[in-house]
Amino acid sequence: MNNLIKVGMAELKVAKSPQIIRTSGLGSCVGIILYNEKAKVSGLAHIMLPDSSCARAGVLNRAKYADTAINDLIQLLGKEGVSSCLLKAKIAGGAQMFKFSSKNESMRIGPRNVEAVKEILCRLNIPVLFEDVGGNMGRTIEFNPATSILEIRTVSKGLVQV
Amino acid sequence: MRDLSKVRSQHLDILKEAGNIGAGHAAAALSQMLNKTIEMKVPGVKVIPFNEIGEYTGGDETIVAAVFLRIEGEAPGNMFFILPVKEANRLAQRLTGDLSIDFMGDSLNEMGISALNEAGNILAGSYLSALADFTHLNMQPTPPAIAVDMITAILSFGLIEMSEAGDHAIVINTEINEKGTGPAVSFKGHFFLLPDPPSLDKILNAFGVHQNE
Repeated sequence: MNNLIKVGMAELKVAKSPQIIRTSGLGSCVGIILYNEKAKVSGLAHIMLPDSSCARAGVLNRAKYADTAINDLIQLLGKEGVSSCLLKAKIAGGAQMFKFSSKNESMRIGPRNVEAVKEILCRLNIPVLFEDVGGNMGRTIEFNPATSILEIRTVSKGLVQV
Repeated sequence: MRDLSKVRSQHLDILKEAGNIGAGHAAAALSQMLNKTIEMKVPGVKVIPFNEIGEYTGGDETIVAAVFLRIEGEAPGNMFFILPVKEANRLAQRLTGDLSIDFMGDSLNEMGISALNEAGNILAGSYLSALADFTHLNMQPTPPAIAVDMITAILSFGLIEMSEAGDHAIVINTEINEKGTGPAVSFKGHFFLLPDPPSLDKILNAFGVHQNE
């Protein structure tokens, strides 16, 4: 039971085999998994926004933004003995849950999150081995660091393993 | 800008009143639409850290039908009218007389979607116009949009504006029920009002509470 690690919105955590790590109900948010199959270690971040530079005053929750969350995941995995050049990534989410015409830029937040995540990972030379992004459906994802298998659950397609 | 984690209980009471006024009018509108008595529960107002939103809604993956409207005007924000998917089916079936409507089905039913859209529009419109009258703030809903999906995925979309300002959501949640028909046929829906952070002060001011009180 306690082998399941749940990651909430704007949170990030690390899981080691035999643990499994999950985040539920990704809408426009993006779930970023960084892992190493040999060390059987993985980190998962559930980010809401593309860029911490748009943060207003106050204490910064680093897990909320693509840039700071990826940075912190790499640090945490580094403490587990995995250097960033050995990391691989799988990402999911970034949907547009509602379709309608609006000038409001926040309506396009899903695609902007995905673009930001991919650009940052590319800059850090972390290969994205799998992505299930965009569309208009919510996703729940679960990653098993022992097998590097990602399970994606959606309302319309049910369960998919990759 | 107010730090949401420090909102005081008296402010929450005022926002409860806002939920009361809005949902009261919406319940009356729904009651007319269905020719049934609709009851309203005392609104709940909560300040919730984002990572606990899933627990608050009773399960991240609960599948719901949601009508979303963006509120524009002096106190912008987001609004959802959320129904468990079965009850959304029943509402659309009653409004159209077409008993084959199923929002979980493979083929999209245009009539059903249009009926639900219109119901959401009327309900949210009466909620907002009541609140706007009371606060003397100009608030107008955008045309509604519909989604059927996991509740957290849907709600998170309405939290973007709040997430730019802090790590807590303020949720004004009002439940409406069909009266006395037993659980099997009862109708249950939720209004979620998610004011943009700057709008919170405006709403509180309109109720006579001033900055730093």
